[in-house]
Amino acid sequence: MAVEHSTGTSAPAPGDQTRIHNIGYRSYDGPRLGRAYARRSLYSQSLRGSYGLGRSVKSKVLPMLLFVVMCVPAAIMVAVAVFTKAKALPVDYTRYAIIMQAVISLYVASQAPQSVSRDLRFKTVPLYFSRPIEIADYVRAKFAALASALFILTAAPLLVLYVGALLAKLDFADQTKGFAQGLVSVALLSLLFAGIGLVIASFTPRRGFGIAAVIAVLTITYGAVSTLQAIADAQGSGDAVPWIGLFSPITIIDGVQSAFLGATSASPSGVGPSTAEGVVYVLVALGLIAASYGLLMRRYKKVGL
Amino acid sequence: MYDPTVARLTYRALLGRRRALILGALPLLLIAISVVVRLLAGADDQTAADLLGGLALATMVPIIGVIAGTGAIGPEIDDGSVVYLLSKPIKRPTIIFTKLIVAIAVTMVFSAVPTLIAGFILNGNGQQIAVAYTVAALVASIAYAALFLLLGTVSRHAVVFGLVYALVWEALFGSLVPGARTLSVQQWALAVAQKVSGGDLVTSDVGLTTATVLLVAVTALATWYAGQKLRSLTLAGEE
Repeated sequence: MAVEHSTGTSAPAPGDQTRIHNIGYRSYDGPRLGRAYARRSLYSQSLRGSYGLGRSVKSKVLPMLLFVVMCVPAAIMVAVAVFTKAKALPVDYTRYAIIMQAVISLYVASQAPQSVSRDLRFKTVPLYFSRPIEIADYVRAKFAALASALFILTAAPLLVLYVGALLAKLDFADQTKGFAQGLVSVALLSLLFAGIGLVIASFTPRRGFGIAAVIAVLTITYGAVSTLQAIADAQGSGDAVPWIGLFSPITIIDGVQSAFLGATSASPSGVGPSTAEGVVYVLVALGLIAASYGLLMRRYKKVGL
Repeated sequence: MYDPTVARLTYRALLGRRRALILGALPLLLIAISVVVRLLAGADDQTAADLLGGLALATMVPIIGVIAGTGAIGPEIDDGSVVYLLSKPIKRPTIIFTKLIVAIAVTMVFSAVPTLIAGFILNGNGQQIAVAYTVAALVASIAYAALFLLLGTVSRHAVVFGLVYALVWEALFGSLVPGARTLSVQQWALAVAQKVSGGDLVTSDVGLTTATVLLVAVTALATWYAGQKLRSLTLAGEE
């Protein structure tokens, strides 16, 4: 392009009159922000995206609505507790997420595909990897972002309950302990659900299909497990109940918190796993989180190229 | 009103590749659970009714309905390839009707048939429970397919809204607010099932007449409106 055409009549000797103009392109010599910065940006963008911030109004509706739906029952409970001068909150901190599991499942199902499926569908994943970030950075950023978003979703109502409980002049030490236990439980829940959701979503470029698949895995397993637990309980084989609970994400969380975090189990019999069984629950939960991280890494090794 | 080519393409879109996997996994899980329950608990009518009502009709049928109903048209609208279909000299209501038939058929095959098999495994159709819940699943398939097909033409977030309806409205509100049950496909289907079984194991909060009228009205209205929506479809870019 920058070759100047010769205006001479006779053919010039090559290399004589042709020259390349320097048209002023300059190489970038500013600061290079590097891999950590790119990872942080990807994390914060994904986290904001999980609540629709920085996206269209339409995509803000659902996450915000689910967030409100998540917090309103807590606010109502607090209001009731304050005005009736109750001695305790109507629900435990640890039980709240179990009660609202449908909302949490819907949130994971809608936001996990939002986070990863569109990158696959529009083939933008290779573009990410042409930047300084690597596969592990992408996976970690997305995983951390969805887990943080879920933690915000599940911890916010607990905070509402806690503040309300203090306003209602309930016992400070007791409430703080319950709140802390609740936070540990929802942190584990956030990691587990984010992992499962992302693994399923990362296997399909279709957003709608990803949503249906995530919700099917979360609700059908819970439906199946709670049905089987109810039947095992009614048949008098109560020993089997804790082991059946290992097959659904929400009952795993329920088992962990009833074994170690002072919660009462939400299973039909109300009897949680013993301490030894609780260890198995914790191992399964951590194993699932690690497995979903591993599966995501494997998945993106292929997609990235 | 029925176009075989559109039907063939829709079948292929619905059952192609991984979609068929999840559609097939759910019924298999139901049957596996019924086998386990039968081995654990033996043949018991109440258990059979609980399992078929709680797992098959309340969870499995809506989810398969969402996948089949929205999957029949949603992805096409999403990636814009629906314009090639719409530019053919086929009436829009015909397209919707054909897709509805396909969605109903797929939902029925993947939800009603396993329900029947599970029912027979659970208690050998004692007190007509298997047949009753199969009829309920068949009826619900029609209404769900029509509703979710309409959602697929109305919104890009059809799957989410479909699931919100199926899981939050029917399951959560239905159990808290009795009035919400009148407006629930599941209860309408149960009303029909109650008539079939004649026993007191299958019960519904809605009368048979109300249920039938509402079922027919919802299916017809949803199909008609989906046809109307498709006539004035605007194709928007991704968000």
